[in-house]
Order: sequence, then C-alpha cells, then structure tokens
Amino acid sequence: MLSLQITALIDKELKKYPADQRQSAVMAALRFVQDEKGWIASADMADVAAYLGMPQMAVYEVATFYHMYNLKPMGKHTLTVCTNLSCQLCGSGDTLEHLNKRLGIGLGEVTPDGKYGLREGECMGACVDAPLLTINNKKMCGRLTGEKIDRILAELDKQ
Amino acid sequence: MINIEIDGKQIQTENGSTVIEAAHQAGISIPHFCYHKKLSIAANCRMCLVQVEKAPKPLPACATPVTEGMKVFTHSEQAVKAQKGVMEFLLVNHPLDCPICDQGGECMLQDMSVGYGGGQSRYHEEKRVVLAKDIGPLVSAEEMSRCINCTRCVRFGVEIAGQMELGQAFRGEHAEIVSFVSGTVDSELSGNMIDLCPVGALTSKPFRYKARSWELSRRRSVSAHDSLGSGLAVQTKNNRVLRVLPIENEDINECWLSDKDRFAYEGLNTADRLTKPMIKQDGKWQEVEWQVALEYAANGLRHIANGAGAEQIGALATANSTLEELYLLQKLMRGIGSDNVDFRLRQSDFSGDVKQQGAPWLGMSVADISRADRLLVVGSFLRKDHPLLAARIRRAARKGAQINIIHSADDDLLMHVAHKAIVAPDALVEALTQVSKALASEKQGQSASGEAGAIARSLAGGERVAVLLGNFAQQHPQAAQLQALAQQIAALSNGKFGFLGEAANSVGGYLAQAVPGTKGMNAAAMLATPRKAYVLLNVEPELDCADPQQAVAAMQAADLVIALSAYKHHATEYADVLLPIAPYTETSGTFVSTEGRVQSFKGAVKPLGETRPAWKVLRVLGNLLKVDGFGQDTSEAVRDEVLQGVDVSAKLNNAIGGVEAKAAPASSGLQRVADVPIYATDAVVRRSAPLQATADAAIPQVRMHGEELKKLGVQSGEVVKVGQGQGSVQLFAVADDKLPRGVVRVAAGHAATVALGAMFGTITVERA
Ligand code: SF4
Ligand code: FES
Repeated sequence: MLSLQITALIDKELKKYPADQRQSAVMAALRFVQDEKGWIASADMADVAAYLGMPQMAVYEVATFYHMYNLKPMGKHTLTVCTNLSCQLCGSGDTLEHLNKRLGIGLGEVTPDGKYGLREGECMGACVDAPLLTINNKKMCGRLTGEKIDRILAELDKQ
Repeated sequence: MINIEIDGKQIQTENGSTVIEAAHQAGISIPHFCYHKKLSIAANCRMCLVQVEKAPKPLPACATPVTEGMKVFTHSEQAVKAQKGVMEFLLVNHPLDCPICDQGGECMLQDMSVGYGGGQSRYHEEKRVVLAKDIGPLVSAEEMSRCINCTRCVRFGVEIAGQMELGQAFRGEHAEIVSFVSGTVDSELSGNMIDLCPVGALTSKPFRYKARSWELSRRRSVSAHDSLGSGLAVQTKNNRVLRVLPIENEDINECWLSDKDRFAYEGLNTADRLTKPMIKQDGKWQEVEWQVALEYAANGLRHIANGAGAEQIGALATANSTLEELYLLQKLMRGIGSDNVDFRLRQSDFSGDVKQQGAPWLGMSVADISRADRLLVVGSFLRKDHPLLAARIRRAARKGAQINIIHSADDDLLMHVAHKAIVAPDALVEALTQVSKALASEKQGQSASGEAGAIARSLAGGERVAVLLGNFAQQHPQAAQLQALAQQIAALSNGKFGFLGEAANSVGGYLAQAVPGTKGMNAAAMLATPRKAYVLLNVEPELDCADPQQAVAAMQAADLVIALSAYKHHATEYADVLLPIAPYTETSGTFVSTEGRVQSFKGAVKPLGETRPAWKVLRVLGNLLKVDGFGQDTSEAVRDEVLQGVDVSAKLNNAIGGVEAKAAPASSGLQRVADVPIYATDAVVRRSAPLQATADAAIPQVRMHGEELKKLGVQSGEVVKVGQGQGSVQLFAVADDKLPRGVVRVAAGHAATVALGAMFGTITVERA
C-alpha cells in the first residue's frame, strides 16, 4: 500500500499532466516511494502501477532503467560515487578505496548496521567538482579527499 | 501520392509511409529486425540503415518517412557498410549456438548473417549472458542470450494482445526482456511472440528439440477450434503433427494465431486416443474388426427403428465436425426415418428455428469488424471465446471505435470500453430493450438516461455500426428475443448485426442441414425426452451439452449408444459401440467460418491406428442400412453434394420475425452464469497438455459479488458447495464485485463441474 503522504504527493504531481496521461507521473511517484522507504520493492511498483493505471511491467522498466532508483535496501545513507571518466581521472578510485576501508563494504553493499550503502553512479554533470559523490541522490559532495570524506561520514554518523 | 526513387526505381507511394514500406511495395527488400508491419515503429535494431541522397549519414528505413523526390540507395557502398557494421554489433553478444537452436533454418539473424555478416569475428572479449526465464508452458525463454532486444515481443503484448506482460528492463548492456516479478505470460495470444521473435530467444516450448525446421513437411489446414477459420500450416514429421503455424490471410487471422489454434495439436496423440473399434459385450469392452463393429451398430439401429420406431433414435454432433460429416450424419438419420439431428449442443432456446430465415452468421465480413466505428457486443466472453476477433476489435478501439458491452460478466477485455451494462442473465433482454427504446427516442431528439441511453447515443453517432451476439447470447434461454432485439437495434442505428459463431462449423452445420426439421427434435429436446438410441459424432455429452446432468442421464438410460469419437472418453460408461474416427488433422473436410467462408482442407497425416475419417464411417453405415445416396468416393464429392450450385451467401440470413416479447420466467434464488473456458471447448483442446498447464485452464472457481458471499457467511478463498438439481460440486469461492448481484459464475464444459446442471438457471451455494 502506498502511504497517504505518497499518494498526496503523487496527486499534486498529477496536476501537471493531462487527466488521461496519469503515467507521466511515474518517475516522480517512484521517487516519492524511495524517499519514504529508502528503496522500491516490486510490491511498491505494482502499487504505483495500480495508482497510475499503467501496466506493472511499464513501471518496472522505468524503475530499472534509471540507476538512481534503489531496487534493494541501500542503507539509511546511500553514497553514490561517480565513476565516469572525469571523476576517474581526478581520483574516484581513491574515493572508493577510502570508502571501502572506512565502511568495510564494496559497491552495491550495505553496512551490517544498515547505516550506509555504496553505489556506483554515472556522470552527475558536475565534473568541475570531480571526484564526487551524492548522499541519497539529494546532496552532492565534490572535490573529495580522504579527510573530506571522513568529515562527511562524521557528519552523517551524528544523524 | 508521392514520387520517390529507390535503387534507381521510380516508385509512387502514399504520403506518410516510410521508406521500408515503399520499398516492400516495390518488391525491394531492406534488411530489418525490429520493424514489423503490424507493430509500431521502434527503430532500435538499426539493421535497416540505407543511404538517402543529401542526408549526411545513413538513415533507418523503417523510421524515415518518404518525401517528394527522395532518392534512396539500399545497396550502395555506404548503405552496405552501415548494414554490415550493425550486423557485426548484433553478433558481438550473440551466442552463435545455431546448431542447437530451434530457430535454426528459419532465423532472420541467421539469414541476415549470410548476407551481411563477417566471416570472422573481431570480438574476443567475453560475451554477455542473459539468464533463462520461465514464462509459462507455451513460450520458452530458455536462451535469452540470443535476444537482440528488438522489442517485437513487448510491442506485440502492448499493441495486439492488449497486455504488457513482457518488457525491457535495465539499460544498455544490461537490458533484458523480462516479465514482472518473474510472472508467466498468460495472454491467449502469446504464441505469436514466438513467430515474431526474429531470433531463437522465444521459441515454442512444446516443440522444443522435436525436429529441425527443414525436416518438417507442411500441409494447409483450417482451425477447428473457433469460428474464425484461421489458416493453419500443419507441420509434420514421421506421420505426426509436430507444430502448427499461421497461414497469413489479411481478411481472416492476419498473421496471427490464438494459442488454442497453435497448441491444440498436442492433444492429438494422447494415450486415450481410440485406435480400434470396440464393442461392449456382457459389460466388457472388446476390440473388434471394423466390419464387426459397423454391423453391430447398423443392426442395433435397425432393431430400434423397426421396433420402438425411428423417432426413438437421436443424433448429436459437435459444431466442430466437418461439413461432410454433419451432412452424412443427417442424411443417415433421415434415411432411416428419424428427423432428430442437431449440432447446437449448448443452445437452450430453439424457438427461433422456425422464425429464422437462414443460417445465422456473422452478418458482415470479418474485415468489416475492423472498419466498424461503433460496436455493441452482447453476451460474449469475447477475449476467450474469440481471441483473434477480440484482437481486431481491440485494434479498432485503439483507432477510436467505441466499444459497448451488454453482458452478465465483466471480464477485462484489455481494451477501452465506452459503455457497458452488466446485468443478470434474466435481465439481459430488458437491457437490450432499453437500448432499443433509447435509440428510438434518440431519433426523435429525446435523450435517454442511464447506461442504455449512453449506449444508444454511442450507436446513433456511428457511421458503421456492428451489433454482435456472443456465445452467451446464443446459449441464453431467451436467445430468439435477444436476436430480434439485436436486429431492431442494428436497424435503428443503420448498422449490421450478427453472431460470433461458437465453433468451427456453426454456420456449416446449418448448410449441412444437421438441424431438425419441423417433425424432429432439437438437441435439448432429444435429451430432455430421452431416446432409446443415440448416435454421437465427436460428442462428449457431459462436456459438450448445455445440461450435463440431463445429457448423462439420457445416455445412461438409452438402450444403444453409438459413439463416433477420436478418444475413449466417458462414453465407455454408457456406450455400446465405439468407432474410432479421425480428428481434423487426419481427414479431409470443410469448415464454413462464421463469416460464411467455405474452406476445405486435406488431412495432414494418416489416420492413427485403425482410425477412419468419420465421413467414410458414416458412408459405410449408410450402405449397411441400405440408405440411398451413400456412394461418394471422396469427401470432395460429399462437399459438392452439399454445396454445388448453392449460393452460400444467399443461405446466410440473420433476419428473424414473429418473436414475441416475453418476460423471463420469474427466477428465485441465485442464477448461474457459465462460460466455457477457452481450453475446454472441444475434445482436442481438452487433451492438449501445454494448454491445460496455462492459467486459463485452472480449475474453475465460484465467483460471486462480495456482498453475496457475505450473505452466505463465506470468505473469498473458502471452499463452497454449489448445487443444481441432484448434483453438487465443491469449489473455491472468489469475490468478484464486477459481477451483478444474484449471480453465480461457474464455468461449464469442465470436468470439475460436470456434476452440475444447465448452463443457465438457478443454482445454490452453501458453505462446504
Ligand atoms: S525476445 Fe525476441 S522478440 Fe523479444 S526483444 Fe528479444 S529478440 Fe526481440
Ligand atoms: S528495422 Fe529499422 S531500426 Fe530495426
């Protein structure tokens, strides 16, 4: 079941589109689900499909196409490290290595306490700040160094 | 019209068409994978790249609209280089496992590699692997690494089947064709994905590893499983049918087949095939020579005719028997003095027989259905009873036709339905009457309210209106009234009306005169007033008749039952003689489709064991009983005797007059609504193991409105006892709030419900 908060948000989103084009809101709807639950289960996709009156398979296509959607639990704080060319040239390898060491997890994994998850991301269009990562797809942190990452983690640890 | 030039050839083509369409019209082939004339354009495989003058780079022919004066080169250096490049990419990840691939020999990728593939691969890295999927008993998705992601299967689901069961998940290198949470593909048209898949990713599960495609011989045939008359290519090896594919005909099945037509053949050679004549002596079945069995049967009939009287003999046939069989059966009966012959086994109202002017038929051509802009479908489980006609109507709906429904169940038709009136069976006549009245007042500028008004307005606004009566309407106890009302509604909306025929020869049965004359008894009467002897042609009485209880009781009470059948079915319990006759793949014959199309076919394989074509069996019986006119040498001679010099179209006539408007007999209690499940319609289909493993063949449930269940104190999912007459069965109850109140939906024609009574009428439900 989608929570009332989620359906309220979807309803608001739906106002942007013609009444017979409800499926236009699918990306937003999936985002609302992930914001609330941290990830999107198949059952949630089925619920979104029912709510928007579109085939479940079509929702699944969207959810699997965009890598920002988490298809499994990815921890309270999902850290997504860009590994595309610019970041790679500027040291995203070091970023990953540092995170591996600090958190004890690799890409696609979650810390045992469920606090952190690590993902690989595609170019976020901010190469000027490379290497960079995002926190829960909402906050971008650039020009990463070992110390800066430690600071970010210390900050998140407090939450 | 637009003038373009392709490979130096001047071509005139329609404005708005694409380069590939123009080329195909002119007989120029352009390599392609994702393009299909019946599906939307995806332009994702890029195999169709061609050179276009003044375009800076090659363009995909399937997605490029023609423009005046356009010059296209399909085989220029630039075009071929592009095509070869695409081919190399497509083969990068392809497993190249042709030697063990079922598609081998009929594979677009294989063929195209011959033309455009390199002799050697420059790719030395690892190939990507896509895991196998289990999507059900019909379509194999075992080797998804072969998929080239053309999305034809996905588009077919969305656009033709009306159901998106497959989709392309993930992206780029990781893209793969999947079903949602590993579900099965349940569409009744799913087998077409096998034909559409240009590679060996989706293949036929029942046919898997049975033969190489080039070993098969191919015979033309006609589907025996619904009334559309779909063209079949029956493929055989070693005198066995191994596969069935569609024969394309734009006016009938287009390039499609329903799964029923495609996979029914798996029911042909089952263990319960009757391969030797048998007679029952002292309660024991014995295999005997044909001569013995035939003489036994003939003597039995003669004995009854001379003793109790010929009117004590009744003949029942299924509507998917051939024209020749039905004709000889009635000729035999009339020859020995009985007028009791009928093939309309599930019909319950025969009052139209004398009021009707001809053989009931579709009332229009199949192609007319696609052109209709307003449709009213009355009493039809449309999707399951007529899968391909439903697909046609679905496409009409996508193009803007308004579909209106009047029925006693509200199944998802997977199309946009403009208006619907879902009422109990005894309110069906009233619902139609309301629409007719609303149409009449609409003509006088008055608008009626409610659903009837909405349907009437929809019909009144149409230019090409079609009113169609489905199986449920034909089996309804007030069928004649429904017919008369449909006629009225069609007249008021300047449209056509007709019947969606129930079976392959629903029209042919009338042409063969396999219906009683004024002296004779119809199917229902023959069972309600039991006869002393019955001749059964292809009939499994408990599954094929409107009232299984009554049918079985009549069989058990009879002195003599002669069953002509391809299978040893329950007839062993009450019959005296079993004569093994050929199913449609083993005999020549003729079906007359619901639009009146006469289609003859030849046997694809030799009859199994000592099986004989039924027309020959009936001929010998005729001779043994000394009836005149049983000297035909071939089935063609029988057909010509029926049809030569006959203008079939003149015999087709839905007009009905003199039907009194009578209210339905007041019913108390719950009313039964019975569909015949899609894979329960005839003897062959019932025995096809893959079809019986589909979701559509699940054990029937008892479906009722949630409030009705509540009244009984039953939860959805609990077992209930449903009863009619003496019999009852226990089945799972399911709440279905789309059903009208006071209605219980329980399927007929299924082994699980044969203990019940008539398809219409009252029924009881209680906690088990
Ligand atoms: S499975 Fe076949 S039809 Fe479907 S996308 Fe792959 S290649 Fe195309
Ligand atoms: S056929 Fe044109 S892109 Fe596939």
